[in-house]
Amino acid sequence: MDKKRREFLKIAGISTLAGLGAPAVVDRLITGSYPLAARAAREVTPGEGAGDQASTAGHGSDTVPSGTRYGMVIDVRKFNENPAMAEACIKACHSVHNVPDLAEKNNEIKWIWLTGYGNAFPDHSHYHKDENLEKNQVLVLCNHCDSPPCVRACPTKATFKNKDGIVAMDYHRCIGCRFCMAACPYGARSFNWQDPRNGLDMNKINREFPTRMRGVVEKCNFCVDRLPRGLQPACVEATGASKAMVFGDLNDPNSEIRQVLKENFTIQRKPALGTQPSVFFIV
Amino acid sequence: MFEKALKGNNYYWIWLAFLGTFMAIGALCYIRQYNYGLGLTGMSRSVSWGLYISQFTFLVGVAAGGVMLVLPYYIHNYKAFGRITILGEFLAIAALTMCLMFIIADLGQPLRALNVLLHPTPNSMLFWDMIVLNGYLFLNILCGWVILTAERKQVKPPKWIYIFVYISIPFAISIHTVTAMLYCGLPGRHFWLSAIIAPRFLASAFAAGPALILLVGLILKRVANFDVGKEAKDKIVTIILYAAIINAFFLMLEFFVGYYSNIPGHKHTLEYLFFGLEHDGHVYNNLVPYLWGFVVLCASGIALLAIPYTRRNDLWLGIGSAAIFFGLWLDKGIGFVLGGFVPTPLEEVVEYYPTLNEIMITIAVWCTGFFILTVLYKIAISVEHEIES
Repeated sequence: MDKKRREFLKIAGISTLAGLGAPAVVDRLITGSYPLAARAAREVTPGEGAGDQASTAGHGSDTVPSGTRYGMVIDVRKFNENPAMAEACIKACHSVHNVPDLAEKNNEIKWIWLTGYGNAFPDHSHYHKDENLEKNQVLVLCNHCDSPPCVRACPTKATFKNKDGIVAMDYHRCIGCRFCMAACPYGARSFNWQDPRNGLDMNKINREFPTRMRGVVEKCNFCVDRLPRGLQPACVEATGASKAMVFGDLNDPNSEIRQVLKENFTIQRKPALGTQPSVFFIV
Repeated sequence: MFEKALKGNNYYWIWLAFLGTFMAIGALCYIRQYNYGLGLTGMSRSVSWGLYISQFTFLVGVAAGGVMLVLPYYIHNYKAFGRITILGEFLAIAALTMCLMFIIADLGQPLRALNVLLHPTPNSMLFWDMIVLNGYLFLNILCGWVILTAERKQVKPPKWIYIFVYISIPFAISIHTVTAMLYCGLPGRHFWLSAIIAPRFLASAFAAGPALILLVGLILKRVANFDVGKEAKDKIVTIILYAAIINAFFLMLEFFVGYYSNIPGHKHTLEYLFFGLEHDGHVYNNLVPYLWGFVVLCASGIALLAIPYTRRNDLWLGIGSAAIFFGLWLDKGIGFVLGGFVPTPLEEVVEYYPTLNEIMITIAVWCTGFFILTVLYKIAISVEHEIES
C-alpha cells in the first residue's frame, strides 16, 4: 500500500514538473534569444506603436511598442523623378562600407540595389502596372525585420537584433554557413566568396569602417556605425533634402517618419511572411 | 580489432588505393579552396548552397536508413537481421563522417566551426542538427564496437549497451527530421516550406540506406564470401519497396498541392525541376534531366524489386537496388537543395553549375566515406569468419 502511494506521488510530482516546465521550454525555443522583445510584442495595445501603419496587408501589425525601433520610408515616386539619385545612394552606401566591386557576377556583394517593382513586390499585382512602376526600378535593402528569420537561423548569434531594432552582424563570429542567406526572404544578404579586398581600391577605402574577410556574410546595417555620431544613414544623406528617404524611430509618435507614415499609403515587402519589416515604400 | 583491416587480398588493397587516389586529389583541391575561399565553387549570392550541402542532406538519409536493420532486430526480435545490424551501424558511421566533412567543406570560416558550441543558439536548427548528428555518430561507434567485440569473444553483449541501442533508434529518426527542419522552417522558400518534407526525407532515407546495404551485401557475397541470408534479403527488399513507394506518393502530393492550388510560388520550383521554368523569355531547365532520371530509375528499380523473377536473381536485384539508390540521390542529393533556390526571393532565376574543383572535393568526400565503410565492413566480416572457423 505504502509503496503504491510512493509510486503515485513520484509520478504525480514528475508529471506536474513536466507540465509546468514544458510550456516555458517551448516558449523559450519559439521566442529564441529575444524573450523580452517577444513578450513586449504580445503586450501591444491597439492604437499604440508603429504597427498601425504597418498593417497594410492585415499581417504583422504587432511590434515592440516601447524603446527605439529604427525604420525607413522610401518614396519611389521621388526616385522616379530623379533617376540619378538612386545610383548616388548605392554609391554612397557602398563606398562608406567598403563594399567591393567584384567582376564575377557569382561573387557579387551588394547592400542596397535597384530591382524591378515585380521583383521587389512579387505578391502584389503586376497586371497592367502603371507607367511609373513599369519603367522605373525600386531601391531595396535589408528590411531590419522585427521578427528576422536570419537571426532565428544563425547558429552562432553572429547576426542579431539590436535593442534599437537594427539587425546587425558580427563579422568575427560568423562561420560562413550561409543559413541566414537561405532564411532571408528578401535576398538581402551577400557572402564573401573571395577576399573582398580583391574588389576594393585600398587607397580609396573608408578607414573608419572595416573591410571584411572572405568567408563571412554581410548586409546593410542601417549605418549602425554612423547613427551614434549623429549622422543619417549614408543612403539617406545622399538623397539630400528631397525626402525620397526618411529614416527615424518608428516608435516615436513625433518623429518625421511617423508623420510620413501617417500621411501616406505605404507598403512593405512580403508582409504575409510575418517578418514585420521596418522598411516602408510609397509607390 | 583494427588489425583485421590490415590483412586483405590484392583486390582489397587495390580498391583502397583507388579510393585513396581520389582522396588525395580532393585534399589538394580543398587546400586550393581553403586558400582562396568558396569563390572556387559554382555557388553564388542566389544559389548559396551547392553540391556540398545537397550531398550532406542525402547522406544524413543514408545514415538514418541503417536503423531499418537495427529496429526490427532489437525491437521486434527479428532474428534474420542479427548478422547484418552491424552493417547498418557501420554504414551510419561512414555516412555521418561524410556529412560532417561536407559541412566543414561548405563553411566559409571552417576554423570557427566550434563557435556553434561556444555560442549555443537553441533557436537555430543548425545547432540541433549538430547535436543529433554527433550524438548519432557517437551512439553508432559505441554500439557497433561493443557488440562486435562481444560477438568476437562469443559472449552476450553487456546489458548496458542495449540502453544505447534503444536510444539510437529515435536518434536515427531525429537526424533526418532535424535536417528537414533546416529547410522546411524558412519563410519565403516555397518549395521547402512544406510540412511533408520531414516524412518525405525519412521515406527516401529508408529506401536509400537499405538499398545501399543490399547492394553492398550482394557485392560482399561475391568478393568476401559473406552471405546476408535469403530471409534477411527478402525483408530488406520489402522495406525498400514500401519506403520508395511512399516517397513517390509524397512527391505526388507535393505536385497536387502546387498544381491544384495553382499558387505560383508552390509551382515554380516543381516546374523548374521537372519541366523547365520560363522567365523573361528564357527557359531554365538544367536540372530537368536529373529529375526525370530520378523518376525513371526509381520506377524501374521498384519494378525490378517487385517482380518475383527479377527479385530472385541476384544480378537484377543488384541493378534494381542500385537504380533506387541513384534515383533517390538524384532527387535529394541534386534536385531538392539546388531546386529550392529557384526562383530567388527576388523572382529571378540563377542556375548553378558546380566547378571542377568543387566536384573533385565532393568525389573525395564520397571516397573517404567508402574507404571508412570498406575498412569497417572488412573488420566486421573478418570477425564473422573468425567465429565460423
